[in-house]
Amino acid sequence: MIKKRMVAMLLAGGQGTRLGVLTNRTAKPAVPFGGKYRIIDFPLSNCVNSGVDTVGVLTQYEPLELNGYLGNGSAWDLDRNSGGVYVLPPYVKGSRGEWYSGTANAICQNIGFIERYSPEYVLILSGDHIYKMDYSAMLRHHMEKRADATIAVLQVPMAEAHRFGIMNTDAEDRIVEFEEKPRQPKSDKASMGIYIFTWPVLREFLMRDDRNQASQHDFGKNIIPAMLQDGRRMFAYRFDGYWKDVGTVQSLWEANMDLIKDEPELNLGDKDWRIYSRSAIMPAHYMGRHGSAVRSIVTEGCNVDGAIRHSVLFAGVTIGEGAEVSDSVVLPGARIGANAVVNKAIVGENATVHAGAFVGAPPAENDPPYDTSLTGDITLVASNTSIRPGARVPAGMIVNADTFGGKEG
Amino acid sequence: MTDNAFGLIYTGESNMQLRELTYSRSIAAVPFAGRYRCIDFILSSLVNTGITNVGIITQKNYHSLMDHLESGKEWDLHRKRDGLFILPPFVTRDNTGIYRGTVDALRSVLGYIRRSAQRYIVLTGSHTIYNTTFTDMLAQHIRTGADVTIMYNEEAGFDPEDQYMDLRLTLHESGRVTDLQLDPYRPLSDLQSCDTYVMEKTLLEYLIEEAAAHDYTDFTRDVLLRHVDSLKIYGWRYDGYVARLNSLTSFFRHNMAVLERAVREDLFNREHPIYTKVKDEAPARYGQHASVRNSLVADGCVVEGTVENSVLFRGVHVGEGSVVRDCILMQASDIHSGSELNHVILDKGVTVKNSRRLAGYDSFPIIVRKGSVI
Repeated sequence: MIKKRMVAMLLAGGQGTRLGVLTNRTAKPAVPFGGKYRIIDFPLSNCVNSGVDTVGVLTQYEPLELNGYLGNGSAWDLDRNSGGVYVLPPYVKGSRGEWYSGTANAICQNIGFIERYSPEYVLILSGDHIYKMDYSAMLRHHMEKRADATIAVLQVPMAEAHRFGIMNTDAEDRIVEFEEKPRQPKSDKASMGIYIFTWPVLREFLMRDDRNQASQHDFGKNIIPAMLQDGRRMFAYRFDGYWKDVGTVQSLWEANMDLIKDEPELNLGDKDWRIYSRSAIMPAHYMGRHGSAVRSIVTEGCNVDGAIRHSVLFAGVTIGEGAEVSDSVVLPGARIGANAVVNKAIVGENATVHAGAFVGAPPAENDPPYDTSLTGDITLVASNTSIRPGARVPAGMIVNADTFGGKEG
Repeated sequence: MTDNAFGLIYTGESNMQLRELTYSRSIAAVPFAGRYRCIDFILSSLVNTGITNVGIITQKNYHSLMDHLESGKEWDLHRKRDGLFILPPFVTRDNTGIYRGTVDALRSVLGYIRRSAQRYIVLTGSHTIYNTTFTDMLAQHIRTGADVTIMYNEEAGFDPEDQYMDLRLTLHESGRVTDLQLDPYRPLSDLQSCDTYVMEKTLLEYLIEEAAAHDYTDFTRDVLLRHVDSLKIYGWRYDGYVARLNSLTSFFRHNMAVLERAVREDLFNREHPIYTKVKDEAPARYGQHASVRNSLVADGCVVEGTVENSVLFRGVHVGEGSVVRDCILMQASDIHSGSELNHVILDKGVTVKNSRRLAGYDSFPIIVRKGSVI
């Protein structure tokens, strides 16, 4: 096997329970984002644009859709004679076989994959962040510092630092302490979950961690602290572009809305740093005689005959005459019927909101109780769901039945 | 049956009536409907029929076409067995590399035709757009025992200004062709060939060799017309939408027709989709003051002005305060602020600066050449 300087390992195992019904039948990295992408397009495109052509995708949850989406990797130019993209589920080794019990364990179980390429460095990525980043610049930083580990960090407002893994560094940006969600943060450098390790060092720590029965086999909780304790050279790499964790309904919705700001921080039209994806085979979208779109993004295959305001439409969405869609994200193939209203909602793939229905209606006193802990005031309609004509879905509700509202039958 | 056919597309047509559109590209590579090239339709129709062996005869200006087709991957024609064969002209002892007509071109690719393992050939030109599969046509060809089957549709209107390779069929009630007219002054029939033929490949080989021996040059005029009586030629009726890119005016008209739902649903039938080269553009973005009605808008567009009854290809920018009506703006056109365009075709990469005014008429759209700055 041809030697690779750096191999990327993408942790895509998360079930993504905080995304509610959006991850019913799909792993989190396969969740649609930004009109024509899926979350995993961002780390994969970053890899290709950074010259990293060997990527292992670690997953153990609903791999079918992710596998189908990645295919042979050609959409990202990752169909290579040597390297390329591989989905790596857990498997039985001899008489022993186990699920991935933690992020470090997932890498540990795939040491064989990494060693095929005899890399000097390993890049660890996660599958729930939206950002554009040049990993080759980070690698140069890692090599210049002669580091054992480099962790990408983002400056966050001090008031929010308690929600992140915080790196306390010296004047040289060498990490002296790592605190996971500290109550009283000493620094505003938050870990972005992007690590470069010098492979032989990481290998040693993975093996050591594997033997430790008490370990949770997690990078943040076990590997990084163990390396720090051992006095290894660990550096922070400062990143100052757009970065967003889209692990919750609220943050996924926000990240979509970020794209339709007048001057979006994340430029998807950058010809020098394209975000690749598997494109739908559909014609250009059609804005009808009664259609209108303001501050929105619309993807190919859409038919818009209603009014779109501040929304993101994915491929093949139909908006009926007189319908009003605002502050919403409408996933591929969804249909919004005539005169329906959709307000601050995420409408799932191939869902149908029938004529005159109101999704995201102001809550009323006689609404049955429902749980909004995952959604806040964002209404969520699961994929393939049908909202009956004229039905009313109050704000923040999660609709996960085949059909919702109105009379049965 | 369909696995017993291969496709051969002739892209050497030259038609002065398409003006600036074909200065630097073949008709096959002319952009159409926001994100396609003319050839995508015929190529997808062949592939959706189940045909996996397709040859493309190129003559000149084929750089743009090769760039578009690449390895044929987008059409699933990047294969170990069969696949896509681009057949450019080459010079040998009895081939000057310049084809005098379709007979020359077909003769120069006889090697490819002979090597193809399939029994039937679907032979087409490249300036006709439709979306079908040839399964029924092949079945009819075999059922009727025809020597040659010609795909045709019914065109009621006749415009001599818009005539190009206009082959008219007169049919006996059995479906057999009794008369063929090429570019008639006064057509005897409303049935017009779609420039698509099915026959056994061995018959084609024979007809080509025989035509060459008589120094004939044009397959339609010198072979088909002469053989109306001696060959069993049948017509296969097609009732879907057919767009013949005969002139700049018809190019304009057919692009505008795609704004009609029925035409869109016919040309972009989800049962057999049209494949094209993927560009990885971001979705289209509408600004605060955007107003867009009855228009086709491709990925990568940024619209901040007003657009009506128009077709916007990938990566077009319409700036604030600009008004675009009844226009076709090809890839990466950039309209700055405060300009007005009416019945204008902008070829790829045209820049229109602030506060410009351009207006044509529907029977005479203005065309601006690739890369111009106004």
